[in-house]
Amino acid sequence: MLNINILKDAGKAVLALEGRLDTSTAPQLEDAINRDIAEITDLSFDFKNLEYISSAGLRVLLSTQKVMNKQGKMIIKNVSEEVMEIFDVTGFSDILTIE
Amino acid sequence: MKKTFECDAKIEYLNKATAFLEETLEEIGCNMKQIVQLSVVLEEVFVNIAHYAYAKADSAGNIIPDTGSGQMSLTLVAENGNLSMIFEDEGRPYNPLEKEDPDVTLAVEDREIGGLGIYIVKKRMDDVSYEYKDGKNVLSLMKKL
Repeated sequence: MLNINILKDAGKAVLALEGRLDTSTAPQLEDAINRDIAEITDLSFDFKNLEYISSAGLRVLLSTQKVMNKQGKMIIKNVSEEVMEIFDVTGFSDILTIE
Repeated sequence: MKKTFECDAKIEYLNKATAFLEETLEEIGCNMKQIVQLSVVLEEVFVNIAHYAYAKADSAGNIIPDTGSGQMSLTLVAENGNLSMIFEDEGRPYNPLEKEDPDVTLAVEDREIGGLGIYIVKKRMDDVSYEYKDGKNVLSLMKKL
């Protein structure tokens, strides 16, 4: 289960994720991003209620980071201990901007 | 403690396998952090087996995911403070541990999308081994609890 709450304002978007970002839900996030990201220069994710991430979720974050490097910035906020561990193990904590 | 879960090697059974793992880990007194860590390991291995173990190859020899079907099983063994997760399938022989580790120090632009799943498994577990035995892929993963 993944709930995605999107707040958009001009070139800015905040995506708050709740639940699990895994094999079955990653396509849902990918769709939401592909639909909403085009004009965005300031993208942030709120991971406060994200309890789980697997490599399927990492793939979406990496491809989104690549897009945002070309058109603006991307920040991830409120990362839980469990999710942070996966970021650390995979070196994602070095390539993502985590606040 | 030893318990086995069997299912068709299909992504749609991942949730059931995860529930089996979580229930068993709760029974033996694992904390939430351990449960989340081991659920990630389960997902990474399960997804590989479901997509590729029974997949057929095209005429050029490329494996096409999700083109076959067969059984898989997960056996959990808890003893002496260790938890073992043993995955078995009767698909084509494949040792996922031979896959080269991704370079996790590369910059964003040089990072490839994918290849991280089995790397997470290796990093998360304390011992990993593979054998092809009696027509089965047997992947054994051990974690000290």
